[in-house]
Amino acid sequence: MDDSTTSAPKIKIHNLSFYYGNYQALKPMAFEIPENRVTAFIGPSGCGKSTLLRTFNRMYELYPNQRATGEIVMDGENILDPRQDLNMLRAKVGMVFQKPTPFPMSIFDNIAFGIKLYESLPRRELEERVEWALRKAALWDEVKAILNQSGTSLSGGQQQRLCIARAIAVKPEVLLLDEPASALDPISTARIEELINELKEDYTIAIVTHNMQQAARVSDYTAYMYLGELIEFGRTDEVFIKPKRKETEDYITGRFG
Amino acid sequence: MTSAVTAIEGVKSPPTPKIISSTLTAARLGRQYFIDLVFLNTTRLFAFLVLALLVAILISLLIGSLPAMRAFGFGFLTSTAWDPVQEKFGALVPIFGTLITSFIALLIGIPVSFGIALFLTELSPTWLKRPIGIAIELLAGIPSIIYGMWGLFVFAPIFADHVQPWLIKYIGPLAIIGPLFSGTPQGIGMLTAGIILAIMVIPFIASVMRDVFELVPTLLKESAYGLGATTWEVVWHVVLPYTKVGVVGGILLGLGRALGETMAVTFVIGNAHQVYTSLFAPGNSIASALANEFTEAVGDLYTAALIELGLLLFLITVIVLALAKLLLLQLAKKEGAQT
Amino acid sequence: MLTVAFGLFWLAWILWTLVNNGLQAIDLTIFMQSTPPPGSNGGLANAIFGSFLMTLIAVLIGTPVGILAGTYLAEYGRGGWLAPATRFINDILLSAPSIVIGLFVYAVYVANVKHFSGWAGACALAIIVIPVVLKTTENMLRLIPNSLREAAAALGTPRWKIITMVTLRASRTGILTGILLAVARISGETAPLLFTSLNNQFWSSNLNSPMANLPVVIFQFAMSPYSDWQRLAWGGALLITLAVLIFNIIGRTLFGQKSPLQ
Repeated sequence: MDDSTTSAPKIKIHNLSFYYGNYQALKPMAFEIPENRVTAFIGPSGCGKSTLLRTFNRMYELYPNQRATGEIVMDGENILDPRQDLNMLRAKVGMVFQKPTPFPMSIFDNIAFGIKLYESLPRRELEERVEWALRKAALWDEVKAILNQSGTSLSGGQQQRLCIARAIAVKPEVLLLDEPASALDPISTARIEELINELKEDYTIAIVTHNMQQAARVSDYTAYMYLGELIEFGRTDEVFIKPKRKETEDYITGRFG
Repeated sequence: MTSAVTAIEGVKSPPTPKIISSTLTAARLGRQYFIDLVFLNTTRLFAFLVLALLVAILISLLIGSLPAMRAFGFGFLTSTAWDPVQEKFGALVPIFGTLITSFIALLIGIPVSFGIALFLTELSPTWLKRPIGIAIELLAGIPSIIYGMWGLFVFAPIFADHVQPWLIKYIGPLAIIGPLFSGTPQGIGMLTAGIILAIMVIPFIASVMRDVFELVPTLLKESAYGLGATTWEVVWHVVLPYTKVGVVGGILLGLGRALGETMAVTFVIGNAHQVYTSLFAPGNSIASALANEFTEAVGDLYTAALIELGLLLFLITVIVLALAKLLLLQLAKKEGAQT
Repeated sequence: MLTVAFGLFWLAWILWTLVNNGLQAIDLTIFMQSTPPPGSNGGLANAIFGSFLMTLIAVLIGTPVGILAGTYLAEYGRGGWLAPATRFINDILLSAPSIVIGLFVYAVYVANVKHFSGWAGACALAIIVIPVVLKTTENMLRLIPNSLREAAAALGTPRWKIITMVTLRASRTGILTGILLAVARISGETAPLLFTSLNNQFWSSNLNSPMANLPVVIFQFAMSPYSDWQRLAWGGALLITLAVLIFNIIGRTLFGQKSPLQ
């Protein structure tokens, strides 16, 4: 919100639909996600906001019977094209989930794991990169003495920041956050919100949240979804202060009471 | 927001990512796809191998028993002959012995296992559940040869001295079941084998029964208790009807164990190829005939006849186990459909 | 209540007999000397060694097969006929009569090389290990939440690396428990060894010749009319029971209370 100049689109969504088997979970929609901005997706649960997020890195392909149609163009390439390499795409589009998901390995290896997948760095540079990622995620001071301990031994808030560090360590261009703070205490939530604000200098961020204050606090653009449809998309201050659509206004005022 | 910015002041600028050249990345990607493919197909191959194992066992036993099949045909199944000298063999005695001992085992084992499972799920105080559960599982873990030795050296003599004479005296003279309990008290024999088997299968049946009893929704039981039903009524009218398929599956699982059990039976069955009416008389089961005679069998026909016995045993147990599995799967499906 | 007492009564009686008779037979010589001819002194050293060696080889063969097949069932087996079919067959193999497995190894291996051998014994035991390890591996992998797989995939991790580095690693305690349970199971198995490794009176580490092993020695000695052989049989019986119980208990404590086979 501190930046009101317009930004070039990073991802262009065109005519996107999504199906679980025969059930259409996303109705055709089109919008653009601007580069180096935070875009929030809000709406009641079941509205398809998580489903939408999972199309940006084609996470749905882990499961049979789930498919997306239409176009999602990132840097001029349609990422839904079956010829698009999935692993390369996911290296470029990082994701952080609702529940912290540390891997069953040491804190250091949790971060190094992703880096080693696509880059062969000398040990020294690898260590620097791990430190950089942990600092970025505001976790370094808490874990620098225990890098060899298991990642699962950290507290919930620390684990989630570890997952953010892991995601940014591979230097993605886009970061997808799927309700990253919903399982955390208020203090951890605040730290993660600070983090998001700071990360947008380098990354394009898309965040799903059910918490509208959070969306208002951290995002530059907001998309309101309902029953698989994109109802309204615009700058966050406009969507929250004078929404164009009646449905959006009902939802927002209803929630804010 | 400024606090967060100051927090990272002093972080040296990150080393720029080196996605060195697109050709190297393409080569890496290619290699990953190759490993992925190899890994998938390796695991698939081993899964297939396990499947093939069963088929291989069937085929090898079939080939091994061909000479006996040619010589005796279906008569093998109905003949009581077992004469290695004249090379005349029939399977009826060991089949009979296998079925009788397993039947005795179930006759004793089912009510006992049922009681144990019932106690563990409905009656027991919570602190007792774990130790008893562990003890029952220990009973399942004891190697079968130990049961056999114990049966031969400890149980059989006591059985012969104290239990069998009493049975002969009081049940022997009865009209229909009398002949089953007559003869000399030798200790070893079909009845002893059946009892040892019962002790062996109890833990298996009890643990399956406990697991299926626990599937009964608490709500269902509580509403019945709420109507004033006694524990027994709840079990009889709510728990059992709800789980009957699973209970039968558990019993069949125990039956599968009993049919194929070798060592415990071999020690105490007496190893005689004859059919007696009395349960005190020695007999033979398929598994114990194999254990006792196979390594000493001379002549292709003798070996082939024993392998054919093994094939029969395998077929019987596979059918019983498959049935058990199907019933348990059906219960699981019902459970899944309701939640 | 009565039935529980009934069940525990047998357990107590059997263990008491075993400890009582076994302790009398166990001393240092049992570990130092090989099995004797009737009437002279001896121990079970050759049988202990043979059992140990064959168990080790069986685990080395059976574990990778079980883990790989279990991995396919849990990670790749959605849709298709192979996974459900293998799962079904594996459950049957899990409780198939072990003597038939001995017969199978005899028919395909012993009968062709025309002599009993330690290798044949180890193969028969390996066939018993496979279904146990397969079942535990599959069950453990199914307990891993999909969110962990998604998290790894979100980094662009190839499938094989997700499985080997993340999901299998996360379930290693459970799989280890499965292996221990398998060891417990085969260390007491007698029937499949009767026609495969047979027995050997002497110390032998040649896997191509018949090999002594505790269960078969116990069987032969217990069935013999010589009291000193029977005494050794009790000693051996106590040893394998202790081994089985220890493996079971380690497995349980590693994993917690519930058996990963269920």
